[in-house]
Order: sequence, then structure tokens, then C-alpha cells
Amino acid sequence: MSGAWNVADVVGLRDETPTARTIRLRLPVPVRVLAGQHVDLRLTAPDGYQAVRSYSVSAGIPPDGLEITVEELPDGEVSPYLVRDLGVGDQVEVRGPVGGWFVWRPEDDSPVQLIGGGSGVVPLMAMVRAHQMASHSSPLRLLYSVRSPEAAVFRHELESLAQASGTFGLQWVYTRTAPDGQPVGRLDAETLGASVLDSGADPAIFVCGATGFVEAVAGWLVDLGHAPDRIKTERYGGLGGAS
Amino acid sequence: MGIVSSGFQGRRKRDLPGVPPGQYVTEDFPVLSAGPTPRIERDDWVFSLRTESGTGRHWDWNVFMSLPQEDVTADLHCVTSWSKLGTHWRGVPVDAVLNGVDTQAEFALFYSYGGYTTNLPLSDVLGGRAWLVHEFDGADLPPEHGGPVRLLVPHLYLWKSAKWVRGVELIPQDRPGFWESRGYHLHGDPWREERYG
Amino acid sequence: MSEWTGRPAERSAEDDYLDGNALAGPLSEVFAIDITAALGTCGTCGDRRAVAEAHLYVNAPAKILRCPSCGGVLLRLDERGGRVILDLSGFTQLTIEVR
Repeated sequence: MSGAWNVADVVGLRDETPTARTIRLRLPVPVRVLAGQHVDLRLTAPDGYQAVRSYSVSAGIPPDGLEITVEELPDGEVSPYLVRDLGVGDQVEVRGPVGGWFVWRPEDDSPVQLIGGGSGVVPLMAMVRAHQMASHSSPLRLLYSVRSPEAAVFRHELESLAQASGTFGLQWVYTRTAPDGQPVGRLDAETLGASVLDSGADPAIFVCGATGFVEAVAGWLVDLGHAPDRIKTERYGGLGGAS
Repeated sequence: MGIVSSGFQGRRKRDLPGVPPGQYVTEDFPVLSAGPTPRIERDDWVFSLRTESGTGRHWDWNVFMSLPQEDVTADLHCVTSWSKLGTHWRGVPVDAVLNGVDTQAEFALFYSYGGYTTNLPLSDVLGGRAWLVHEFDGADLPPEHGGPVRLLVPHLYLWKSAKWVRGVELIPQDRPGFWESRGYHLHGDPWREERYG
Repeated sequence: MSEWTGRPAERSAEDDYLDGNALAGPLSEVFAIDITAALGTCGTCGDRRAVAEAHLYVNAPAKILRCPSCGGVLLRLDERGGRVILDLSGFTQLTIEVR
């Protein structure tokens, strides 16, 4: 579904971390979500001022629902409202889901390597869920770089999936604080090489995070022998509040 | 106008006195750019002038700083609808750069590092209405706001105040710059809402 | 792709672009199929890659998509007053997969 703006109802809210919240939306039309897509949200203030922002979909809820997961930026114009103020029963305008590039399709039977930094895990979570939903037999790995265990979005769901699933493997990188006995430090080429699926398996790779993270990881992956056209990246931006 | 979210305010104040129609007032200073930010050291910076007859002049940093300097307080109006009031700048009036230049040209095309251009009538940059500024709020102008030197033409929409400015060509006939050739107004007066050409 | 505004102070100016991916919403108002997955050939340098991978500058009077290789302007998209003005002249070619 694409093209026009729809009025969506907020039908559920779930705090994921102290600063991230999942918002479940119900649209007035059927919705087909490809894992990795995003929606545009449009908010209108009482004086007519409008702001449009894009948020990755974290889950499709057939037939007419989806979830987005929003990280609050302290400086943000829209995210503090979505994370702090939005309530069940409120309405927002939604365009999408859209995007046909950074998506995982269930008909692709390649092994899948996901690499996320911070809230860049959100579109990757949609892929994990879709992969599990499709009961895919190909291996799926997620390497998730995050500040601390408390800052990890979807932490419990990911860990229980990794325990229960024979195909899904989860690897953490903690950059500031880690659970006891686990290392702390930024992701580097060596850790990446030891963690990700081998280039011989020719995995489909999806990387999402801040610009510096995405560019460093993509460069290391090419050095490890992964073909550039197997690596899809998405940067999430924090851009000056001009719009 | 869509679904109103009563708790959503955005960051703007609107319809204040002294603000052109359709503008919101912002307290921060949004960074607008249509391309990568060039990093130009002052030692490498040169400003060039070329007239319609092909004669030229050049100013390196030291010579530029020996020109008359003025402090300017101005309101900024961006075509993306934010305005920022009472900003403080320091720089060289464009009059000082054009002083004694022999020209019949009526228009100017300013060039920037990075390839940006914008066109202005000469009458809009002379008479104390435009400056080549190198300080903002008492500090060196940072690259994201156009440093080392940007054009400041506060009475027109801010896209006319070219960042990372490196030269000006005086031309007999108006020639659209980067945004002007892409549908934006040749002049750009915010009080007349000259947004689109 | 969380929030595309509200610039944290520590961000550097080099980060001021997004992926062309972010054009998917506005372009969906115009095209029946997703153009961001198309392969575009840059008219300046000939580089060929997905529209979604190019660099998008959104904090500007209109959205400007630039070639990651040479910086040339590929696309301009301007939404104003119920109209979309789309300038694709920076591409010599778009290859679109029809599913």
C-alpha cells in the first residue's frame, strides 16, 4: 500500500527501554509490510504547523496493523512527543509502508546476516520476526551493537528467540557497559569478522545504524570478502530541525 | 489540514510582529545544506571578483581582513519557513569589495566552494544591505553555517546568503543560480513571499 | 532510520545526509512502484547504483539527491501546496525491476 496519507489509530503502546517506545497503529485499509520498510508519519499542531518524519516498521500486524519503534532524541521535535505524550486512541497520519530496497523478502532463501547499531535494530527486528514467521530454514544472525543492556531494544524477545530457534543466532557488542563477564568496547573489524556469517555462505547482509557505524561496518565487510552488492545499508539520521 | 494532535506543538512560534507571512520563529539555528559541507582553511580561502569585461580582483584572508569591518544584527528568514531573529554577525560590507570597480552590470552571481551559486541584483547587495561575514555570535563562523566566509543578505530569503562563498561575477543580465534555476524566485523577498519563480 | 530531525549537537556536518531510501514516501505519491529500488545511472560520472543508496539532503528548500561517487545532483523533489515537482534530469537512465 502506498501513495496517500491515511489516518491511523494508535491502538497500543509498549515501552521498550527508558527512551524507546513501540507504537501499534491500525490503518483504515489492509496493509502489507515488507520487513525493513518504513512509514512516514505526519503530525499537525493546533496552529497548523506540520512535521513529517520517517520511522522504521518493527512488526507487521496483519491484516491492517503495524508497529513502529521510536527512540527519543533529546533534541528532537517529534520523537519526544511520540515517546512521552502520544496516547492510545490518538490518531496520526501515515504514509506507507514504503521502500523496496532495504527489505528482506521471505522468498529469498539465502542465509541472512543482520548488523545493527543502537536503534538501527528496529528494521532488522522486523526481518527477524518475518524470518521466524516464515519458519525459514536458512540461518539468520543478528549482531547488535548497543551502549548497555538497558539500552537494548527488544532485548528479551531477541534472547528468547535465540534460545528457542534453531536458525537464529544473536551476538551482542556492548560499547559502554556490559553484563558481568562480557567485554566492553566498540565494534571493530576483528570482532565483526569473528561474528558474522562467512563470505563463502554468500549471506544477504543488512546493516542499519548511525552513518559512521554503517560506513565502517560496510567497509570491513568488503574487506572480509563479502560482495558489495550483497550488503544493503541504511543510515538513520539526526538532521537539523529545518523541515 | 489533517488530524490535529493537541499535545504536539513543534518548536515554533508563529505570526509574531516583525516576522514575514508564513514564517515560524525558531530559537536554534537550523543547518541547511543541499550538499556536503566543504572544509576550507582560512589560509586557503580566496575571494575573487570578475566584472563583465573580464577584469578581476582577488583577496586572500589577510587582505580581506584589512577591509572595513562592520557588526551586523539581522533577522534571518529561510524559505523552508523558519525565521531566526536578532542574529549577530561581523564582516565586510559588499560595498567595500566593489568599491572603485568599473562596471555597468546590474546583476551579480555569487559562487561558493562546493559548486553552489546564487544570483542577486547588484542593488540588493550594495548600499549597506549585504556583507561577507566571517563571525557569528562573536566566534569564527563554523563550516556548517558557511565558514570561513558566507554572504549575508538578510532582507532576502536565506538561500541568497550563500555559504562558503568564494567569488562574485558581475553580469549585465540576470542568470539563475542553483535554487533559482530549480524553480525558486529570482529575487526572494520574504515580505512579498517571493518563494517560487 | 529513526528520526530525521532534531540535530544532536555532537553530530558532525558530514552526517547531514540520509539515504535515498528516505524518498520512498514522497515518491510513492507519484509512482505506482517503488523507485528507490531502481538502479540509477549518474549523468555526471556514470556511476550506477540503487536510488536508495544515493545521498539525500533534506534540510534544504527542496530535497536534493546526490551521487555518492561524484556529488552530482541526481534528483530534486519539491512538495508544495498539493503539488510534487520532480526533477530527474541528473540521471541518464533508471533501470526498474518490474515484479
